[in-house]
Formats: sequence, structure tokens, C-alpha cells
Amino acid sequence: MAFPQPKPQAPQLPQHLLRTIDCQQGAVRAVRFNADGNYVLSCGSDKSLKLWSVSQGTFLKTYSGHGYEVLDADGSYDNSQICSCSSDKSVILWDVATGQVTRKLRGHAGKVNCVQFNEEATVILSGSIDGTVRCWDTRSRRFEPIQVLDEARDSISSLKVAQHELLTGSVDGRVRRYDLRMGQLHVDFVNSPITCVCFSQDGQCTLSSSLDSTVRLLDKSTGEMLGEFTGHKMKGYKLDCCLSSKDTHVLSCSEDGFVYCWDLVEVCSPLCFKVLNTRLINTFVMVSSRNECLVSHTLGGRKPRCFRIRKFKSAGGESSFRRQVLESYFLIFGHLASDWITTT
Amino acid sequence: NMARDDDGDEDFVTFGTALEPLEDGRPLRKPIPLHEQTVKDEKGRYQRFHGAFTGGFSAGYFNTVGSKEGWTPSTFVSSRQQKADKHHARPEDFMDEEDFGEHGIAPRQITTSLEFSSSRRDEAAERAKAVGAQAALIPGDTLLEELISPAKSSIGVELLRRMGWREGQGVGPRVKRKPRRQQQAEGGTKAYGCMLPPAGSEDSEDEYEEFAPDNVTFAPKDVTPVDFSPRLGVQGLGYRGLDPGLALLGRGADEHIDLFRPQSESRSRLFGDARSSVRRGGVAGQAFGVGALEDDDEDVYHRDSMSRYDTVLGGEEPGDGLFGWTAPQQYTKKKDKSKDASYLGKILEGFTLAQNPPEEKVIFPPPALPSNYRPVHRFRPQVDVSRLSGVSPALAQALKTSRGHMIKEDPQQEGRHQLDSGQRRTMLGEDALKGETHSSGFYAGSDVDICMDHHLFRCDLRPAETWRGSNASTQTFKPFEKTPSKQARYDLYLDRLRQGDTDALEQSLDQTMTEWERSREREEFVRASVLYRPSSSSLSSRFTSAKHKEDEDSVEVNRDEEGDVDDKQNAVKMKMFGKLTRETFEWHPDKLLCKRFNVPDPHPGSGVVGLPKVKRDKFSVFNFLSVMESREMAGGSTQGVLVSEQSHGLEPEPSEKKTAGDEEEQQEEDEEQEEEESRPSMDLFKAIFASSSDEKSSSSSEESNDEEDRKDKEEGKTDLQPANLFTITTSSVTTSSVTTSSVTTSSVTTSSVTTSSVTASSVTTSSVTTSSVTTSSVTTSSAITSNSHTGAGCSAHPTACVRVRVCVCVCVCVCVCVCVVENLSSSLLFPGAASYQKSAQEELEFGPKLPPPSTPAGEHRPPPSSTIIANTSTARLLSR
Repeated sequence: MAFPQPKPQAPQLPQHLLRTIDCQQGAVRAVRFNADGNYVLSCGSDKSLKLWSVSQGTFLKTYSGHGYEVLDADGSYDNSQICSCSSDKSVILWDVATGQVTRKLRGHAGKVNCVQFNEEATVILSGSIDGTVRCWDTRSRRFEPIQVLDEARDSISSLKVAQHELLTGSVDGRVRRYDLRMGQLHVDFVNSPITCVCFSQDGQCTLSSSLDSTVRLLDKSTGEMLGEFTGHKMKGYKLDCCLSSKDTHVLSCSEDGFVYCWDLVEVCSPLCFKVLNTRLINTFVMVSSRNECLVSHTLGGRKPRCFRIRKFKSAGGESSFRRQVLESYFLIFGHLASDWITTT
Repeated sequence: NMARDDDGDEDFVTFGTALEPLEDGRPLRKPIPLHEQTVKDEKGRYQRFHGAFTGGFSAGYFNTVGSKEGWTPSTFVSSRQQKADKHHARPEDFMDEEDFGEHGIAPRQITTSLEFSSSRRDEAAERAKAVGAQAALIPGDTLLEELISPAKSSIGVELLRRMGWREGQGVGPRVKRKPRRQQQAEGGTKAYGCMLPPAGSEDSEDEYEEFAPDNVTFAPKDVTPVDFSPRLGVQGLGYRGLDPGLALLGRGADEHIDLFRPQSESRSRLFGDARSSVRRGGVAGQAFGVGALEDDDEDVYHRDSMSRYDTVLGGEEPGDGLFGWTAPQQYTKKKDKSKDASYLGKILEGFTLAQNPPEEKVIFPPPALPSNYRPVHRFRPQVDVSRLSGVSPALAQALKTSRGHMIKEDPQQEGRHQLDSGQRRTMLGEDALKGETHSSGFYAGSDVDICMDHHLFRCDLRPAETWRGSNASTQTFKPFEKTPSKQARYDLYLDRLRQGDTDALEQSLDQTMTEWERSREREEFVRASVLYRPSSSSLSSRFTSAKHKEDEDSVEVNRDEEGDVDDKQNAVKMKMFGKLTRETFEWHPDKLLCKRFNVPDPHPGSGVVGLPKVKRDKFSVFNFLSVMESREMAGGSTQGVLVSEQSHGLEPEPSEKKTAGDEEEQQEEDEEQEEEESRPSMDLFKAIFASSSDEKSSSSSEESNDEEDRKDKEEGKTDLQPANLFTITTSSVTTSSVTTSSVTTSSVTTSSVTTSSVTASSVTTSSVTTSSVTTSSVTTSSAITSNSHTGAGCSAHPTACVRVRVCVCVCVCVCVCVCVVENLSSSLLFPGAASYQKSAQEELEFGPKLPPPSTPAGEHRPPPSSTIIANTSTARLLSR
């Protein structure tokens, strides 16, 4: 039963606090959606990784086994596995249901900042402060990485995989894109430590935020800059940026406690929504495929918050209420007490 | 669809507040200590264990058997007046209380007697009883009980009745019934049109309850209690014993057996409603065989199928029931649980695996080449950049240099690749191309030309670059020796490469061969030429790795100025992203990685992984020296690779730019100021120290562990030292090409300079330098011998110790410089000596800070002829 698609509406910002989840895992280091946006993984500084249901906000499972705070996590496409990385230099592959450690991969020389599955969850890619990206095989029982990408000259801060491409952002101020199909490495010089990189949903652009308080949208093939988003403050912390699910908006965290939201085309005026009144130390933004936005931040009280906004047509009764839901933002806030990205 | 999704969210309603998740970090229970681990019996009494052979557990009464008398037998006493009463012993008398339960002896308790049991027919109890009857060995054995009912009703029933209870009602407070319509709306099922109300309406009461006014309350419905009586028989789950209804009335047996519904047909069959029986009477069932009167015997063994059983609790699928089983698919379709079922391991509650497979990737095949495609190169028209107006100089430069590959050379050298095709043509003495020589019409656009240009010459650009300018004599390796003709072609190819021929490869190939053979050979040649490069170019590949390109660029810019930034930084500042900031390298993913990513290997057959040109091995001091040598052999080009590499550190060094000739004069002046200000990059230090440790460990087995530790300490200190290193090495290297005698003098000069720079720290540095050089290269024993002498002197005069040690270091410095020069060719290693010097140096560093010692020139001991010292002298000095 297909309902007629509602008219596109002007973007709105999340206004309504939907739910607050107390993660109870100290400072939240990262919050990530799974592949379909139904679940949330929260990485805590108390060495634990927790799985939450988005729709109900219920707690599902704790994964403990890391030796130090968990810094990033990713879920496989079929939800059956989770990989996470930690300050204890290890990458762990988890079985979701049992919570058992399937693999514990050691090899990085420093703490591992970011981790990603490839599309079919056959490879785990992890980027570390030692400047290398390691490609771990999940199929074989080999404990050495398949390949070590050591082109970066400083810490790898962010890492994304899309199909046959691997995008890394490094503190040496370069965005590297490894194209496996072409066998090429493209290096884009940005001249400022990169905090976060991501692909656009159409796969034609890359978005990178750097410590010069700028988010740049670069053309993937040529490296030309398509858009530059400023206005926020990003000077010393590793804050995230992302694109909305239809590439209509650019979101970035800011050190002033706001999440900034720009229209992709009309760059000029950033819409920013304040996440909480108090000053944010660190935020993470992630937008799921259903255009739910997840922001994590914990204050002194360590209360992650969730927001959801619903936009619907003004006319219509109860039944039309349900059908006109366009987008929903789901925001969780987490707090980071210490700076873990150091600029060189 | 959206609405559906949303409904999915709304389906779950969470009541109340969730429990706090159990903290995993909750404190573990303390293990019970041994002395508190006690055994108790069922009643909580302590039992004392005496050991298996000494009586086991105590039985109470101070380890007797549970009575005051213990095992004392009672004597049989019987008299005329007092007869001994007959004692009926029960098994319980001989058993422990704890064992009663084990043997099925139930505890005695008060139960309701028959007098108080119910007289009226209790529907619920009857139903429950009927279930029990089904499970009983002989079904229907409750029949008699039902027929004969007590005349009195039980007290409980009487009490209830007094309270207003009526038969057929449920027990409990009276309730208000909600209107039926509302319930339906909440359930989410809607009936459209003239559809009949849902079939399974439980009872017709609800029909008129719709019109019930608000202020009327109703008694709750009578609910059949679910009987959870255990199955006691040994029969299987589906077993049915002799069914009296079946046996006596001869009804058909093939019905659905509902294990969970007590309202069974058999009971209703017992009372009344006699249906027309198909079967004749007779005893049938699983307990009996075929009766004599039976003529059909298919039912003998009662083929039972699991389809007749419910496998889940609960009734039918709680669908809306609008259509029944012939409903359209979207109504009857259940959720596909096969995925979850296939998943090994139990699924988390509230968690489902992803239902939708990941989206299919659309991979577009490469475009089909047109049939008249000819892979030939056509020179693109030269772009006159100067004529383009309104283009910034940076962009113009980028346009000029853009060749698809980022090969940049010094503008002074004006490398071959900086030239465009026209300039190259004139250099080669070729005629200008006449117009469109290959007018195939397809490739009018210049983009195609660039592309072809790029692809055709991509393969031989690199070898050409590396082979250029190298001497023919260095080539000794012949990869194709087995086939002389091929080797000849290869040599020809190399020759052409050296001459800087652009299409060396094409020209050197045999034109008579087939295209396939040629393409293979082309590949082989290119690979061979890359692999077996002359040493200088292979070294250059080490130093000018592709990833250092921009640093090289920054060298060309005058770095001494304060506002110094690279081109790229400028480009970033001007926000000119794109060509100026983008670099593209050839990158080889691992084969397995390609496999895992479902991508064909982009460079099939290449054994390289990662960036092909980057060599990751650290350069040792030998390489370091040989580079200088080769540089001098090549003709004293001062802008060597090493210099550029080295000066990408903090400060450029003025001495590097001097030629070998005036280096010695400049040395003395430069030295002093360099000691304070200039310092080579950390890489250089690291490389030297790391290599020394490598070589030491590889060459010597007599190294002890504590020496390793010291080495580590020393490495950790490297950043404290001013950079005297580079000048010393240069001097030694410079002199290496000259005669030995002059070398000696020069190095002595250096050392004297070092001594004249009187601070202790500078001396330390020099000693570090020498030690590093020594460890990596060679030592003559002479230096050590002299040191051992001084070491002895130190022990004799502790007050002059530091000073003497400084002298030692100076001596070491001098000697080592000499030694390096003398024994450069020989690769003899004496690690003991190195460690010795290190120890001396270390002592100096840890020693008390004294005013700078003035070392008289007389302290220099000329190195005696070589006498090898062992580690003993080191140990002696260390023991101090």
C-alpha cells in the first residue's frame, strides 16, 4: 500500500526531546547507528559497549571485554556482528547475540581511533593513532592484518568505507581515498588536522571537518571544493560531521554546544540547534538511513538525551498523522571529558 | 510505507519503568572461606562430617543415631497384665526425614474432607477434571464421580453464594465493560463495508453489552482455570487410551487433538448429543488391537501426524480474521523467520537481525570500445598559458605541469617531464607533426588525448626517470640471460632509458613479434627495470619517496623566510582545491583485500603491496655514506637527494650548499655556530641510531643485554644533543674520496675544533656522534686501546676523572674519524668498542657538572697501530 509521497517541506530543526537514556557507562566516547538505523551502539569510557533499541530506547546488551575505553564501533550489515576499537590498542569483533568476543585483533601500536566494517563485513578496517590503517580479515582466523596502510604521517582520526573505496582522515591534514577498484590513492591536502570524514550518500563527494573550524565538501573525483561550511567552532576536539540521509544538509558538532546544520546548497546561513544549554565538551552526530539524527553528549550528570522531531502536515486527523511523518531526529548526547585528539 | 514503519514503532508499548540494567561491574561475591563451608541438612541443622571411613555425617544426639538410646536394642517385654502391643513398623520409621521426599512419601497435612466438597456442578472444575480424565490411563474414569454427586454443597460455595455470587459467574469485583467499538479501534483492526463482524466472537454476551449504559457494572466472566497437572503416565504425548466414547458409541477418531484446550469433544460426547455414527460399536484405540468385528484395519497402528497437533500455545494467528486462510498474501504472510532461525545462537530479546539484504551494487562495466578504435597516441595541442588572460599564475603553473602524474622536478634542472611535447620534439630533433595524423574522428576532444597520453606512457615514465643519468657500468644484473636476444633488447631498452628516450620501450621491442608477445615483454621490461635499478636511483627512491613530494616542494621555496608556506598551503588559503591540492598515486591493494571487497585486482600480477615506490627500510649509515660517494662520483651535484631530504627538518644548513672544495675551510667557522643553532632532523638521528643497533645485533653475538639497555637510554637522549653530527660525517665523507693522509689531518682538525669548543655538552655530542658512527661502521682498536689506558688512569685519580673522561671522548672522536675513513671499505665490526665508547659517554653525561674542562692538545694520543681490545676493558670501566 503506497501512500502518495508528501510534499517536501522546509527543513526544520529538532525541537522536541524524545527520550533520555542514561547510558551508565561513564563518558560516552561514540554513539553509532547500526546499518538500518534500528539500533544504537554506545561506546563508553568504562570499557563497555552497549546496544540500545532506537524505537523504544531500551537497553539490550552490554559487551565488555575491552581493556580500556571504547572509542568507536560499527555494526555489520546483517546486525550479527559488531566491531569495536579501544584505547587498549585492540580491535574486537563481537557476536551480537551472545556477547562473546569472536576475535580480538592486536597489532596497532597505539590506541585505535576508528573502526569500520566493509560492506559485507568481511574486512574490518581500523585506524589508529600510530598512523596506520589495518585491514583485518574476518573470514579467516589469521590474526595479522591483510594489509597495513601506513601512508598517513600522523594519527588516523576518521575512517569510512563505501563499496570499494576507503576514506581516511588524518591529523597530518590530508584526506586520503584508497580506490581498490582503480588501485589508486588520492590525497587531498587540507592543511588542518582532519577530525572526521564521510562520503556523501550518492558517493560523489566527501565531507571532511578539520580543526580550522571548517567543514569542506570536496568533489570525490577531482578534489575540488564544492562547499565550505563555517560558523561553528572546532579547534581542538575531535567532533563529528555528517550529511543527512538525502544529502540535503550538512551537520557538524561544535565546541560551543550547538549542532550546526547547513543547507547543502545554500551554504550561507547555518541553522544551528542548541543541544543543551550547558557547554558541550564533545558531540557525535550520525544520521541514519531513516534520517534520524543521533547526537551524543553527556554533561556532568552524564545524561544522554534523545530528541525526536516529527514534521507532518497541519491538516488531517489521527490517521493522517501517522502517515505524514517525514523525518524524525533522534538525538543522544554524550560527554567527553578529555581531549583525545592532539593536534601536532 | 511510511505509516507502516511508524506503526511498527508504535506497536510496542512499554509499561512502567524499566528495571535498572544489571551492572556488570557489580562486586563479585566473596568466596566462602573453607572454615565456613558447612554442610546443613534440609532443616538447616549443621551436619558434622567425620570422614567417609569414620562414620560419615553425624546423625544428631552427639553423633549417635538420632535417639537417646542410640543403637541399643529394646528388649521384648510382655507380661500377662501388660501385653506387648503389636508394633506395625512402617518404612518411615526407618527412614530419615530428609529422605521422605525422595521416596515419594508425602507429608501429612490437612485436606478438605468430602463433606466440605462442592455439591453443585462446578463448570470449571469439571472442565479441569475432564482434562485430567483425558490424560488418565482410562479416560472417563471420572465419569462415576460426576454421576454421583454429593447432596451438600461445599462451605466455600455457600459463602460465595451468600456474598452474591451466582453460578456461572466469575469471582472478583464487578467490572465496567468497555464499549466494544473502542476495543476494536485499539486493536487496530477495522472492518470495511458490509463485512461480517469477526468470526471468533467469544460469546454472544458481547453483542448486547455494546448497548450497556455506563453506570452498570457486571460480574467478571467465569474463566476456566488452566490445569497444569503433570503427565504421570509413561505414554507419549499424543497417546490416547481407550476412549469410552469411541469404544462404546463408535465415533470417528480422526479429529484435531488440541492439547491445550480442556473443552474436549470427548466429554461432550459422553453427555448427550449423539451424532450419527459411521462406525459400528466396538472397542478400538491404541490400547487394543483390531477387534474381531472390525473389518477395516487401517487404524490399528494409529498413524499419527504432527500436523494434528498444535505446536505453539495460543490459538490461531491473531490476524484480523477478515479473510481467513484464503486472504490475499499480504494478510496471511507471516514474517520471514528463516533468517533468524538460520542464525546460530540465541537472538537477543528485542533484537532482530536485519531483514533486508544489503542493496545490490550497480557496477557499470567499462565502455565497449568502438570497433575502429586504434590505440595510438596523438600529441595534444600545446596550450599557450601565457596567452590565457585572467588566469592566476598558480593555476597557469598547474595547467602547465599537469600530466596526470605528479612528477615534479626542480625547475632549475628543467626535467624532461616539465617539457611539453613540442619542446621534447625539438630536443629530439623530430619533425613537427603534420596536423591530425590519426583523424579517426572519435578523438577530437583533447580530454581523450590527455587520457591516451597518460595511459600509453604511464608505464615507462617511472623507469625512465630512475634510469636517467646513471652509469652503464653499474648495471651488472642481467635478468634475461637465458634468452640472449631478449637480453639484448632489454639492454637496448636500458640504454635508451639512460639517454632519456621517451619511447624507449616501444623502440627496443622486436617489431616482428606479435602484439601479445610485445605487450608481455613490455611489462616484463618495465618491471625488471624498476626492480634492478642502479643503486643511486634505488637510493633516491628511498629518499624521495612519493609521499615526501610536498616537502620537496617546500625545499625549493626559500624556507628561511618567516611566512614560508608550500604551494599547497597557498592553494588552501586561496581555497583553490582541486589540482593543486590533489595528488594521485598508484596504489596496490593486497590480493586478498580485493577479494574480500569483491573487486578485481587492479594491478594483476604485481607483487607490490601499497605504494610501489616507497621503500620503507631505514637507511643505514652505509647507505648514507654511499650516497655521498655516489654523489661525488656523479660530479659533485650539491643539491643531492640527501640534502633535500635532510633539510626538510627544522633548519637548513648553510654548509650543505658548499662544494666539496671549500668545505674544509668553511668547516671550522661553521662548526661553532652550528653547534648551537643548527640541528638535523630527528629522522637522521633515528636512522643512524636505529641502523647502528640493527647492524650491531646482526653482526655481534657477544653483545650483552645491559649494553642494549644503555643503547636505549642513549637513543632517548638524542634530542638533547646539539647537532654536531652532520658536519662530522660530512667531513669524513668528504675526505674519503681524497687520500688517506689528508683525511687524517682533516678529521684531526675537526676534532680539534670540537675540543676547542669547550662546553662539556658539545664534547658529549661529538662522542655520541663518533660512537654512532663507530657502531655502524668500523673501529680500530687503536682508539680503544688509548681509551683503556685513560680508563685506568681515571681509576687511579678519581678527582681528575671527569676531565680525563672528556679527554677520552675527544680521543675517541679523533680516532673514530680516522678509523671511519681508513676502514670504510672493510666492513669489520667491533661492537665492543662501540659499547665502550658509549659507556664512556654515558658516564660523562651522568657525572657531576663541572666547569668546562680545558683539554690541552697534548692529551691527544695519536692512535697506535691496531690492537683489538675485548669487552673486558669495557667491563672494567663500567665496574667503576
